[in-house]
Amino acid sequence: MNSLALFLTVFVACAVEAVEALTIVLAAGVTREWRSTLQGMAAALAVLAVAVAVIGPALTLVPLTGLRLVVGALLAVFGLQWLRKAILRASGYKDLHDEGAIYARQVAAARAASGGGRRGVRDWYAFTLSFKGVLLEGLEVVFIAITFGDNQQNLGLAAAGAAAAVLVVAAVGVAVRAPLSRVPENTMKFAVGIMLTSFGVFWGAEGAGVSWPGNDAALLAVIPATALVALGYVALLRRAAAAARATAAGVERSAA
Amino acid sequence: MSRWLRSFGAFWYDFIIGDDWRGAAVVVAALAATAVCVHVASVNAWWLLPAAVIAALGWSLRRATSGRA
Repeated sequence: MNSLALFLTVFVACAVEAVEALTIVLAAGVTREWRSTLQGMAAALAVLAVAVAVIGPALTLVPLTGLRLVVGALLAVFGLQWLRKAILRASGYKDLHDEGAIYARQVAAARAASGGGRRGVRDWYAFTLSFKGVLLEGLEVVFIAITFGDNQQNLGLAAAGAAAAVLVVAAVGVAVRAPLSRVPENTMKFAVGIMLTSFGVFWGAEGAGVSWPGNDAALLAVIPATALVALGYVALLRRAAAAARATAAGVERSAA
Repeated sequence: MSRWLRSFGAFWYDFIIGDDWRGAAVVVAALAATAVCVHVASVNAWWLLPAAVIAALGWSLRRATSGRA
């Protein structure tokens, strides 16, 4: 895997998570109070920085084969979860991820919540909403950056990809002051699911002792093959849904 | 303390495994089978994990969509 591919994979995966975190921070800041929201965000970023500082170097002490087995298994399981949701969304079995709708829900909940400060924070609700949102989405960023970076023995570049994604999304968010609902998030999530699953399969099998035909070049077959399988499942599910709808319509007509 | 540990475990379970634990079980079983093939039977079973992941994904999707349209 070359440096550009590592950077881009981590960048896209982390950008998706950053967009989701931005929606929550905006909802808390616009409806409640910016100072407490930014305090919550800063506290979450501090926790994430400590996690990276502790876990990142610790993982470099683990032998590469063992690391690839464990990280490959985790990535394959994690990627499978992403891909499953992305396929269900693309085939119409699950609602598409809509940042506009999520923002509206968060704003309504924030308006309904009672106010009040605690522990030096003026608006505790805004603080905790922002803290939880940034921490949860940030954990996914940290997980992806560390697993990819450690496996490629280039944690610095993976961290740079993650940081660039967060900075770009934050800058665009500050500029437009609205949730980034025009970002093709569902397509990006589909692509990230394919990448996470492909790398998980590749590294997991390598960690289990396999020699891939063509060594690292096998990834050039594994990634498109995973994409083809995912698209094939989308087509199958769409066809099944259309057939079920046609059958239901036929039953309704004959009953009437 | 035990409540905190339970919610901590539940968070990581949901974070890594999500809605369907069977996919995770198939991945772990396939990795173990791959290691056995390579180290015990001397078979370079590079195809085993991809095949298992494709099957697990299909199985999970079937379970998620059965009875829905």
